[in-house]
Amino acid sequence: MRFGTDEPLMMDAGIALAPWQIAYQTYGTLNAEKSNAVLICHALTGDQHVANDNPVTGKPGWWLTMVGPGRPVDTDRFFVICANVIGGCMGTTGPASINPATGQPYALDFPVVTIPDMVRAQAALIDRLGIEKLFCVVGGSMGGMQVLQWAAAYPDRVFAALPIATAARHSAQNIAFHEVGRQAVMADPEWRGGRYLNEGTRPSKGLAVARMGAHITYLSEVALHRKFGRNFQDRAAPTFSFDADFQIESYLRYQGIAFVERFDANSYLYVTRAMDYFDIAAEHGGSLAKAFKGTPTRFCVISFTSDWLFPTSDSRAIVHALNAAAASVAFVEVESDKGHDAFLLEEPEMFAAARGFIDAAARVQGIA
Amino acid sequence: MSLPTTLPLTDTASGHRLDFLLVADMVEPGSRVLDVGCGDGALLSLLRDRRQVDGRGIEISREGVNACLAKGLPVIQGDADTDLADYPDDAFDYVILSQTIQATRQPKVVLEHLLRIGRRAIVSFPNFGHWRVRVDLGLRGRMPMTENLPYSWYDTPNIHFCTIRDFVELCREVGAQMEKAVALNAGGQPMRVTLPWWVWNLLGEQGVFLLKRR
Repeated sequence: MRFGTDEPLMMDAGIALAPWQIAYQTYGTLNAEKSNAVLICHALTGDQHVANDNPVTGKPGWWLTMVGPGRPVDTDRFFVICANVIGGCMGTTGPASINPATGQPYALDFPVVTIPDMVRAQAALIDRLGIEKLFCVVGGSMGGMQVLQWAAAYPDRVFAALPIATAARHSAQNIAFHEVGRQAVMADPEWRGGRYLNEGTRPSKGLAVARMGAHITYLSEVALHRKFGRNFQDRAAPTFSFDADFQIESYLRYQGIAFVERFDANSYLYVTRAMDYFDIAAEHGGSLAKAFKGTPTRFCVISFTSDWLFPTSDSRAIVHALNAAAASVAFVEVESDKGHDAFLLEEPEMFAAARGFIDAAARVQGIA
Repeated sequence: MSLPTTLPLTDTASGHRLDFLLVADMVEPGSRVLDVGCGDGALLSLLRDRRQVDGRGIEISREGVNACLAKGLPVIQGDADTDLADYPDDAFDYVILSQTIQATRQPKVVLEHLLRIGRRAIVSFPNFGHWRVRVDLGLRGRMPMTENLPYSWYDTPNIHFCTIRDFVELCREVGAQMEKAVALNAGGQPMRVTLPWWVWNLLGEQGVFLLKRR
């Protein structure tokens, strides 16, 4: 969806971005009342291909367990929308897009993006699709941040909100991990001050290291041990070198290499920054409860026991604030040893909670 | 779901638990209610359907929370002993603690929170002063097991039993005013209000109290 120079995206950095575009996928059919629209918000390195094969990687959609026919977000009942975030690299305007002022890629001239910017862009898309109110907004991790931002910024446009494995503000520890990742990208000589697209280079090594580091934070010690232990990779004994002797090393290297194939390094800087800046309470005098005061939205918050990146305490902080704001809120902590990534995996308790919440909300809204 | 702390009787006509029906009678229609230890949401749905309340719940078991979600009830997975502190003052018209106080670690603290969070509190509990309990302990010399309290001493979730008299004393201590007190007999029926406390304490299987902060 394209927005011309007369429809700029007003960004928190104080810049009116125009022209701009937002890439999105839809599934299912919008009903006559336009009351069955569900918006899925993707995480840091996700994209709009939530329930179809990814055209870049050829891999299946990233949340087929949650979204699809007969799934908790049932595409036979709901009109499901998923859009690439602003600052991303899958078709929505971002640092790799051409700056109309220069005819060159924006690179670091692209304004710093925030979670509210992402949500504002989605709202413009929803407007364009002629949808006044979303039945439900769903997302995990950074997607969950967008869900909370939607509910805080557009309370009357969100009937139900399902934030999963997320936080109302990014923790110091998480900012620290992001900073390490960004420094890895920027330390790569091929990054060229962000102008690698002009110079025909790619900071693949730096971005791969960033991904390797980040990937560890998505797992748990138990999951790592179960999957890899101290097992050697295609060898019986250590080689007394810095080769990838251990399976976990080989796995992380593969994750890094696979990631740079599909993701733009500058987008990684921008989107991680958006998460760092996220703090809903800060915009409401330090009170998260104020951000949701009088909200008509019904919430269901889900966390996972082994998620140390967005621990249950982060979700409880959201729940406490919603309680203090007298909001309708449900909360489930799912028992899982799979770490933060659990929200993307086969977690029957999460599906049961999501399905119960969505189906009950659909009954109230009279969605067949 | 974790097992219920007690096994109260149900009304054969409606299928609702008798103590729930009694609690529902104490709740003004259209009020805001928090049910602490709401289990599968049976009382909350009864209150929603019959009294049109805006109901919320806290439940410790994940299965219970999921059952509530499926009923469309906003219920938080949490623990009465630790999570009540996070609720603001006067957030609800009624806070209900149904058959749960005897399973909390700090009944007094929990009761104080109920009276702080709600304008009124409704507490129901199994009466440990019932004659059958007294017979088990006093004559047989064994920890009591009844239909209502089916657990052995070593696997019971009920760690702080009290009698109706004990509870009345606790109410006095925390400065709660008793607006209504009802004892249910073994058949689950309310006993005559004119009976003296000692009769309730001997023949009541359950106590149900409507309390108000003084």
